[in-house]
Amino acid sequence: MSTMRVLADLDLCQGHQLCQGEAPDVFGFDEDADVVVVLEEHPDPSRRADVAQAVKYCPAFALSVEDGAIGAIEEEDRP
Amino acid sequence: MTTTTPQDLLADIPEVSTVLDDRSEEVPEIIRGTGHLPEMRVDPVSLFHRVREECGDIGRFRLADKQVVLVTGAEANEAFFRAPDATLDQAAAYPFMTPIFGEGVVFDASPEERQQMLKNQALRGDMMRGHAQTIEAEIRRMVADWGDEGEIDLLDFFAELTIYTTSACLIGKPFREELDAQFAQHYHELEHGTDAIAYVDAYADIDSFRRRDAARAELVALVQGIVDRRVERGPVPREERDLLDVLISLEMSADYITGIFISMMFAGHHTSSGTASWAMIELLRHPDVMAQVVGELDDLYADPDGTGAVEVSFQALRSIPVLESVLKETLRLHPPLIILMRLVQEDFELMGRTIPAGTVVASSPRVSNRIEEDFPDADTFDPGRYIDPRQEDLQNRWTWIPFGAGRHRCVGNAFAMMQMKAIFSVVLRDFEFEAAQPLDSYRDDFTKMVIQLEQPCRVRYRRRPGR
Repeated sequence: MSTMRVLADLDLCQGHQLCQGEAPDVFGFDEDADVVVVLEEHPDPSRRADVAQAVKYCPAFALSVEDGAIGAIEEEDRP
Repeated sequence: MTTTTPQDLLADIPEVSTVLDDRSEEVPEIIRGTGHLPEMRVDPVSLFHRVREECGDIGRFRLADKQVVLVTGAEANEAFFRAPDATLDQAAAYPFMTPIFGEGVVFDASPEERQQMLKNQALRGDMMRGHAQTIEAEIRRMVADWGDEGEIDLLDFFAELTIYTTSACLIGKPFREELDAQFAQHYHELEHGTDAIAYVDAYADIDSFRRRDAARAELVALVQGIVDRRVERGPVPREERDLLDVLISLEMSADYITGIFISMMFAGHHTSSGTASWAMIELLRHPDVMAQVVGELDDLYADPDGTGAVEVSFQALRSIPVLESVLKETLRLHPPLIILMRLVQEDFELMGRTIPAGTVVASSPRVSNRIEEDFPDADTFDPGRYIDPRQEDLQNRWTWIPFGAGRHRCVGNAFAMMQMKAIFSVVLRDFEFEAAQPLDSYRDDFTKMVIQLEQPCRVRYRRRPGR
C-alpha cells in the first residue's frame, strides 16, 4: 500500500474548518492566520477514507491528496 | 523608443465575430453602437461559447466603452481566479448591481473580510446544524398547505422559499417572521432589473429599471414598517435580538439597512432558487435518476424498527451521494451565474498576454463547465461523473466552476448544498412530481444578468401513498 501526501493550498483556504470535522488528527487550524494546518502530511493508510471525505467536502477546494487520485484511494479501501 | 499602448496590448487578443448588427433598428436606441452589448442582452450563452470556439482560451468582445477579455480553460481560469483583489476588482465590473444595493453599500468584501465574517458569522461550520433545522422547518411550512395533489410554478415556489431561508439564516428568525410572499415578489422585481443596458447607463429610463427602483422603494417601506414596530416595542433581551435590532441600534436608516439585507440575501437567493428548480426539472427529464434518488432517500430516512428515523436536518449535513451528484451535475449544466467579471486595476499578465488596466476580464462558468476535454459528452446530464473514480469536479478544479474558484469561490457553497439536500429530502419523501408542460419547454430567461427560469415552469405534485 502506497503512502499518501496531503496538500493544502493556503491561498485558497477560506477557513471553513470542515476538514477538522472529518479528520481532526490530520487537519488543524491556525487561529491567527485563519487557515488550515496540515498536522500529518503522510497520514497512516487507515486514515484514507476520512482524508478523502475532507478533500471532497472542502468548500474552498483547497485540499488535495498526491499519489493517485482520491478515487484510486477509495478503491483500495473497498473490501 | 516605442511605447506600448493599451490598444496595442488588446490588439494581441483576438476579438470574437459580431452576429447581431449593433446599429440595427431592432436594437434599443440607447445601446446602438455598443459592440456586443445588444447580443449579450438577448443571447449571452451563444456569445460566450463563440468566444471560445473562435478565439480559444483567451478572446475579446466589447460592451460599449469596455473591452471584455473572456478566458476559459484550466490554465487561464486559474490565473484569473488566483489574481489578487488589488489586480482584479469585482465591484466595478457589475454596474447593474449598484442601484439594487443602493449607493454606499459594499458589493463584496475582500477575501480577508470574508474570512473574518465567516469566522464570526452565519456561515460558520458549527452554525450549520441550526441552519439545517431552520431550513427544514421552512420547507415543511411551504408544503404544509399542499393537498393530495396540485400544481406549483417552480420559480414562484422556490423564489419564495429561499427568501424565507436566506432571511431566517442570515438575518434572523424574528425578521423572517415579518416577511410574506409580497417581499419575495418585490425581491424578484429587483433581480429582474439587471438589464445589461446598465453597462451604458444603470439609471436609464427603461421599464425594467423603473420597476427595479419601484420594487426597491417598496422593500424599503416594508423594512421601515418593521423598524418602526421594533422601535415602538422597545429593546428586547440580547438573546432575542437579530441583525435588524443591531443595525437599528447603530442608527442606520431603513434605506441603508434594506440595502445591506438585499446584498446579504442576493448571493444566496436566485442562485439557490434556480438550482432547486433545475434539479427538479433534470430529475423529471431522467426518471431513472429520479428513481435512484427517491430510493436513496427512502433508505436513508427509513425507520424499520420504529426507533425514530434520522432527521433531515442531520442528514442534510452528511453524505447523500446520489442526490449530491445530481445537484453537482445540475450546477454544471445550469450554473446560476454564467459569467464572472473583474475590472483590471493594473496591467495583468495572463498566458503570455498583458491585459491592460481598465479592461474587464471575465470567466464563464457556463462555457468552462461544458469543455468537452474535461467533461466528456459535456452537454449530457450524467450524475455518474462525480462517482469515484471519475470525480470530474475535483479533477477539474479550475473548469468545474459553478461556484467560481479561488479565494472568491462562493463562501456559501456548503450552505447551498445543505439547503438543496434538505429541500429534496423533504419534498421527494412525501410527494411525487411530474411535468405539467413539455419537458423541453423549461428554459432560462437570459435577457437579464440575473438569470431566472422562464415562466410558465409548472410541475404537478401528488402525495405519496401513506405520507
